[in-house]
Amino acid sequence: MSVLVFIDQADGHIKKSSFEAASYGAALAQQSGVSAEGIVLGAVTDDLTALGKYGLKKIHTVAGAALDHLDAQVYTAVLAQAVTATGATVVVFSNNLSGKAIAPRLSARIKAGLVSGAVALPDTSNGFVVKKNVFSGKAFANVAINTAVKIIALSPNSYHVVSGDGVAEVAALSVTVDTPKVTVSSVNKIVGEVPLSEAELVVSGGRGLKGPENWALVTDFAKLIGAATACSRPVADVGWRPHHEHVGQTGLAIAPNLYFAIGISGAIQHLAGVNRSKVIVVINKDPEAPFFKAADYGIVGDAFEVMPKIIDAVKKLKGA
Amino acid sequence: MKILVCISKTPDTTAKIAFTDNNTKFAADGVQWIINPYDEWYALVRAIELKEADPSTILHLVTVGGADTEPIIRKALALGGDEAIRVNADSHDSFYIAAQIAAVAQAGGYDLIFTGKETIDYNGSSIGGMVAELLGLPYVSMATKFDIANGTATIVREIEGGEETDQVSVPVVVSCQKGMAEQRIPNMKGIMGARSKPLKVQEPVAAEVLTSIISFDLPPAKAGVKLVSPDTPEELVRLLHEEAKVI
Ligand SMILES: Cc1cc2nc3c(=O)[nH]c(=O)nc-3n(C[C@H](O)[C@H](O)[C@H](O)COP(=O)(O)OP(=O)(O)OC[C@H]3O[C@@H](n4cnc5c(N)ncnc54)[C@H](O)[C@@H]3O)c2cc1C
Ligand SMILES: Nc1ncnc2c1ncn2[C@@H]1O[C@H](COP(=O)(O)O)[C@@H](O)[C@H]1O
Repeated sequence: MSVLVFIDQADGHIKKSSFEAASYGAALAQQSGVSAEGIVLGAVTDDLTALGKYGLKKIHTVAGAALDHLDAQVYTAVLAQAVTATGATVVVFSNNLSGKAIAPRLSARIKAGLVSGAVALPDTSNGFVVKKNVFSGKAFANVAINTAVKIIALSPNSYHVVSGDGVAEVAALSVTVDTPKVTVSSVNKIVGEVPLSEAELVVSGGRGLKGPENWALVTDFAKLIGAATACSRPVADVGWRPHHEHVGQTGLAIAPNLYFAIGISGAIQHLAGVNRSKVIVVINKDPEAPFFKAADYGIVGDAFEVMPKIIDAVKKLKGA
Repeated sequence: MKILVCISKTPDTTAKIAFTDNNTKFAADGVQWIINPYDEWYALVRAIELKEADPSTILHLVTVGGADTEPIIRKALALGGDEAIRVNADSHDSFYIAAQIAAVAQAGGYDLIFTGKETIDYNGSSIGGMVAELLGLPYVSMATKFDIANGTATIVREIEGGEETDQVSVPVVVSCQKGMAEQRIPNMKGIMGARSKPLKVQEPVAAEVLTSIISFDLPPAKAGVKLVSPDTPEELVRLLHEEAKVI
């Protein structure tokens, strides 16, 4: 018996969300007295033994050109074989784009109940109950998984990375890999930016910034503190910012440690994507802006006056 | 070409989220129901555009839900589509719902099955992948663009850290998000026409229920905002550094 963690990688590097999933899987394995193992598909350059730090005892690897792009169908067939080979009773994914592509397929293939968007370790005092996000961050549901094998897709930034000093054993797993039916003709990676879904700090701008020419107030500040940038929907709709920055009900849902909102009113659909952030800061000139009700810190003031001063203060802080 | 679009019903995005019966049920009183935005704006509208480009296309809609989903499915038909199928079952288990959709898809022999990227109430992001697996079909998730020529679809989809362009032969299951199409408003002709379009009701097939919701919780209320004077923005930086410890 084991807990098997799907280790997601991009371009040979393991994603931060997988360290969270590994830490979660290790805690879960400990809770149930079994071993925590990981599985990595495709070619990786990172040192896999280092995954031992997060509590994984063994890493199974499967290489092959067919796994270089994530094809949900091919990956699922491999993972189903891995579940049998390792005797896994729980499979943990990050509920990132990769997890969303594969976990449901695996669930249907091996008839293992899935909870996606989990935010805490399962409660096993009476069955196996996992807390998950519902209503776009406005509530949680406690969901019982009724099958012998269980699948959990962990919401990114919901479980802290626990890092120690273990070393994992790495071994190739012998499985059949199918030929993908989907062919990938081009890949376009956004390079040099912190991906929004993984960012711990996010600076975001809304229509209050008046136009794309003023975005330095957002991007300079973000760069200074090492944050990713985001925006409200109308800002992406009119093309001031790229679509992948749009957060909210119909955009990306994020849960960073800091969400710093400049000139955003805080409409309920916007809040749906950001209300799980740990600390929310709002800069808005309207004291009645609904965002202040959801904020931890705020300044009622003109962003064009306030932001340069904030940028200066951070520069001073960083310099000192 | 035959297209099936999966339509689900969700509370309006501004609906108050509350629970009754000892926090075991969503408080639906007074809630306005809408078509799940991803299903309506992206999956359905893109399918309608494909039909407009090739009028021989047959476009069906499917929903798994009780009689209370009918106004939603009629609204979807007012936007476009030839007929709708309602599987008369009420469930929150993704596998059970997916099994119903897979049965409808199997019977209808569709080339394309579109879902939204997720429902905005239960946030599963699961049905598309499950339907694809049950049918043994390829699955392209999080699509932002979709085109088709001679039975081969070209799809742009969001992946971790960027996007990729895929080619795949039909049949295929695709989950749709922003970028696929632009929101449309149903016109009078559509609304009138929808009344006479067939809405077939069928009973569910036997399927397992893998998960069940035990209860709901609301997040703890925020303590309230700490306001800093606009004359001393550096004080905010100090608080974020020393108190919140985020920068
Ligand atoms: C079904 C549905 C889904 C939606 N999904 C989303 C979603 O996913 N994400 C999303 O963001 N929106 C979404 N929306 C839109 C949402 O309702 C709001 O319209 C939108 O969030 C408003 O964006 P905003 O705050 O940037 O602009 P506005 O509402 O125009 O607010 C601008 C704010 O800037 C302030 N301001 C102006 N000048 C200054 C200044 N000089 N300094 C400081 N502050 C200033 C104003 O006081 C105001 O509060 C959705 C709507 C619907 C109906
Ligand atoms: N009850 C349902 N009936 C028909 N389609 C559904 C239903 N529930 C979900 N879907 C479809 O599956 C997508 C993903 O839903 P979910 O996996 O529940 O987040 C939705 O956007 C719909 O297209």
